[in-house]
Amino acid sequence: MEERLEVDIRVPNQTRYLSLIGKIGEDIARTLKRYQGDREELAYHINLVLTEAMANAIRHANEGNPDKELQITIQIENNQLHIRVYDEGEGFDFASVPTPEFKYLDEHGRGVYIIRALMDSVTYRRDKKGHVLEMIKSLN
Amino acid sequence: MIVQVEEKGSVVVIVVKEERLDAHNSSELKAQMLNLFEEGKTNLVVDLETVRFVDSSGLGSLVSGFKNASARNGNLKLCSLQPQVKSMFELTRLHRVFEIFTTKDEALASFG
Repeated sequence: MEERLEVDIRVPNQTRYLSLIGKIGEDIARTLKRYQGDREELAYHINLVLTEAMANAIRHANEGNPDKELQITIQIENNQLHIRVYDEGEGFDFASVPTPEFKYLDEHGRGVYIIRALMDSVTYRRDKKGHVLEMIKSLN
Repeated sequence: MIVQVEEKGSVVVIVVKEERLDAHNSSELKAQMLNLFEEGKTNLVVDLETVRFVDSSGLGSLVSGFKNASARNGNLKLCSLQPQVKSMFELTRLHRVFEIFTTKDEALASFG
């Protein structure tokens, strides 16, 4: 039987919720019945991309406004993991975020690089209230 | 953020007593290190033994500390990284920047 799962969560636009959502992502990785790869590594990676995507949305898209909200969906379907992080902001030019120049030792700019490195497909587009960052990973 | 600061001769060890070093708490570590630099401390060891998760903001706070220590002719070294945390340094090539030791004693001994 095909494994299907969808989790839909809304949290205030505050970094205090990063840990909660990251842990939910980790637990989902641990419950996958048929995943053949390194489960703990997958758990860490899901935690990480959720944390990076939410931190970006909180700071850049929603501009740190604690009254705004984030919506996060985590979906398993067709042996693919879909993670979507919805913000309520004006968005930012995701496509133009460069790969960091490692030799310059910048303090910032690694988050988007990490998401792109760990996921198979990453898109950022306009949605009803703001924008959505969609990240897809094959679980084969 | 809970940190424990230990002075070992001319080296200060910052033991991060958190499970996560992320966008929520990494600015506190950065501020803690800046306080030490302002007190004239330049050689730091950050002990990450209890940290099982680090994100790009956590890495950024350590890069900030490293750059500040280097600018003062000091150094910031790391010890006791859990495997997943170490893999973050490899993913972002930062393992080529930081000196990373298995134990706190080895990190301290490296300052001579």
